[in-house]
Amino acid sequence: MTAATEGRAKVWRFLLPVGVFALLVAVFLAGLGKDPTRVPSPLVGKPAPEFNLPRLDDPTRSLTRADLLGKTSLVNVWGTWCAGCREEHDTLLALARDSGIPIYGINWKDDQQLAREWLATLGNPYVAVGVDQDGRTAIDWGVYGAPETFLIAPDGTVLYKHIAPITLDVWQKQFLPRIAAAGAVR
Amino acid sequence: MKLSRLAPVLLAALLLVPWPGLAMDPASPLADPEQQALYERLTHEVRCLVCQNQTIGDSSAPLAADLRREIRQMIESGRSEEEIKVFLLERYGDFVLYRPRFKSSTAALWLAPLLLLVAGGLGLRRIIRRRAALPVPSEDEEAPSTTARE
Repeated sequence: MTAATEGRAKVWRFLLPVGVFALLVAVFLAGLGKDPTRVPSPLVGKPAPEFNLPRLDDPTRSLTRADLLGKTSLVNVWGTWCAGCREEHDTLLALARDSGIPIYGINWKDDQQLAREWLATLGNPYVAVGVDQDGRTAIDWGVYGAPETFLIAPDGTVLYKHIAPITLDVWQKQFLPRIAAAGAVR
Repeated sequence: MKLSRLAPVLLAALLLVPWPGLAMDPASPLADPEQQALYERLTHEVRCLVCQNQTIGDSSAPLAADLRREIRQMIESGRSEEEIKVFLLERYGDFVLYRPRFKSSTAALWLAPLLLLVAGGLGLRRIIRRRAALPVPSEDEEAPSTTARE
């Protein structure tokens, strides 16, 4: 071994572990901020699933996918058993009042009487609520933890899915830019 | 006094409880044993997204029960294993299967262990070669110790 190659080997012996360590740090740092309970939905970018649910206020009428079309809308999956839904309720009321975007509710595996009382007491941000008693529509929508909020384009495409309570911060950072982009396409 | 002597016996008796038999799934088995086998295979490969480190076969979450019911009905209506997996993948994504499909987004997951094994193997080979190429004096050092052991 010449002095030069020996020197290079020494440098490598130092660089390799440091490099590997730096790589690990980068991987772990990137993962640190991620919440593993938020699983990306394969529905984003695809047409919203078909559904046909009896309405909470009037079971003889139904809420269907067709009702969502023509305007950018939100589909919010909720239940009175869900603490996060209570948490986001005031935000939904504010959005219903100020955003001009219709919010449709899917009441997921809930007691309908309690659900009606909830809306009567806390206020109703929904244009209409469909009752998903057996959870089948929720499965079609890939729902696994309420509250979940879907952003639906006027043509019925799912633009975004937010898991966990919606806040005004989330609304401004995640929803508004996507709504603006969808509006530009239209 | 007596209780303390009884305690190990009671603990040992716990071993006799058929814990796996206390699985969460209360549904009665499907009539066709082949369909039942498929049902068990699927419910033990599908992740419960509410309680992420359990399969839907092990979980008591309401969503797991709904998914078991859905899978059961699909099996009864004659849908294949592949069709049912695609049904789940379209709704919940790759994460829903404990063995995700091999594709560009999961390639790193599948290949990283292999790459690490190859890298480790190459590293090991280098070290062994370098040691093998070390000058002879090391043998002289070892010789006394081997005789000492004998």
